[in-house]
Amino acid sequence: MIDFEPRIVAFLCNWCSSTAADLAGTSRIQYPPNVRIIRLMCSGQLDPIYVAKAVLEGADGVLIGGCHPGDCHYQSGNFKARRRVAILQEVLGQLGLEPERVWLRWISASEGQHFADTVTEMVAEIRELGPSALRQQWSI
Amino acid sequence: MQGWVRGHRNAEETIRHLLEKLLTSDAIDALLVPLRTPDGRNVVPTLVRDPSLLERAAPLAPVLPVNAGTVLGHVTATGGLGRVGAVMRNCELRTAVELSKVKQVLLDDVVFIGVDCLGTCRVEDHARMVEAGLGWTASALAAARDGRVEPMDGYAFRPACTMCERPIPGVGESFAPHIALGLLGVENDQGLWVSVQDETMVEVLGIEPGEEPEARAEAIQALVTARTAEQDRRLAEFGERVHDPASLLAEFATCIRCQNCMVACPICYCKECIFRTDVFDHSSARYWDWAERKGGVRLPSDTLLFHVTRMLHMAHACVGCGMCSDACPAGIPVADIFRAVGQRVQERFGYVPGRDPEDEMIIATFREDELGEMGK
Repeated sequence: MIDFEPRIVAFLCNWCSSTAADLAGTSRIQYPPNVRIIRLMCSGQLDPIYVAKAVLEGADGVLIGGCHPGDCHYQSGNFKARRRVAILQEVLGQLGLEPERVWLRWISASEGQHFADTVTEMVAEIRELGPSALRQQWSI
Repeated sequence: MQGWVRGHRNAEETIRHLLEKLLTSDAIDALLVPLRTPDGRNVVPTLVRDPSLLERAAPLAPVLPVNAGTVLGHVTATGGLGRVGAVMRNCELRTAVELSKVKQVLLDDVVFIGVDCLGTCRVEDHARMVEAGLGWTASALAAARDGRVEPMDGYAFRPACTMCERPIPGVGESFAPHIALGLLGVENDQGLWVSVQDETMVEVLGIEPGEEPEARAEAIQALVTARTAEQDRRLAEFGERVHDPASLLAEFATCIRCQNCMVACPICYCKECIFRTDVFDHSSARYWDWAERKGGVRLPSDTLLFHVTRMLHMAHACVGCGMCSDACPAGIPVADIFRAVGQRVQERFGYVPGRDPEDEMIIATFREDELGEMGK
């Protein structure tokens, strides 16, 4: 699977994780270009339907990035996101849809390096898993 | 407080008299109770004000055309109209508890009257039974007295009922109704076994206090054990059948996208489901893009997304009433799928739908000191 380039959809919160992605860029930190970032105001804004849509359309991975616990700009959005992702993991697991492709990470605005490391690690792991079987599914 | 209510020919008649006493007392202003339709072929939840209608009350009829938890929401949501006595099976009681958490049922105005569930058949099967002139209640009560719950010869219970591990109101981590009417494992030909939360009801209902017969606890235990075993078997079977995208797609292959499962589901309470909006009216070009990428695209699109989204939104509170399976014209075992998914989500958070109105819904709350990052 040498030619396989994972496509990862990242939902990042405005105040922490997407600022970290910006910082990684302005600091010229290198990381794989496999991630497509969608900025949200808060990880708590993420209805799991968007993650489900990405997974079912064949995204090889989904990264959800929020502020560290206790740091949410809106007090508790990341705690709510965490429960929703836990539910999502159980649902995907029961249905045989590879929950290991969906990651939740806390990345603060100052952690540009951590963001780059997370993407690097995730791309390597997803490369191991191989492409999503759902990508070519016309009958979903 | 527990005891007997006696003095009528059989349990069904005793229940009717007891409901009449309640409706004519100060305890309630109306009853939400299953009444037999004028033609006799169905039994439907009805909001009753006139006690004379209660002669048609048939809370033991083996049919569940709608989950009364939903309609209880319709009659209590605004509040202030009076107290409603709600005669329900345990799945309906548990539904009402879940709906109260999302402000769709106002518990303050409700006196819950739970009835031991002796099983239900599909609406069309029940209608056929009536058309054939078959009376089921007498034999069902006789079987229940001996600790058995079984369908009439030649008819089957709904699949959800055959794996329901909580058929008895107030038993097995279920919310205890104000009044519980017991039929299983008691001499129900001698009277009705009644439990009440509020002592004043003892006089209103004319209860002779007594000790719970040992046979009742044994019968309940045996039924719950058998049902739990059946549930374990069916959910394990689902786990074996569905384990990857291809097998999941096969499970929903016959879906005709009618959305009946969503409409019938009492827990799916959104006034406007996202799948009923224009969110999924994609531009024509999108379909062409998908067809280009995958070689083709099933239409209408997003069939699996519809089901998965419903799981994400409501499986945590699924009470297993099985209305979804009944509503599916394509024979998809929707209820088994949702119970399998729901059980997994519920176990992760130690949540039991319908246990207690004070339990917070999984998605409505969080704890700071729980869970960590997820994925690898």
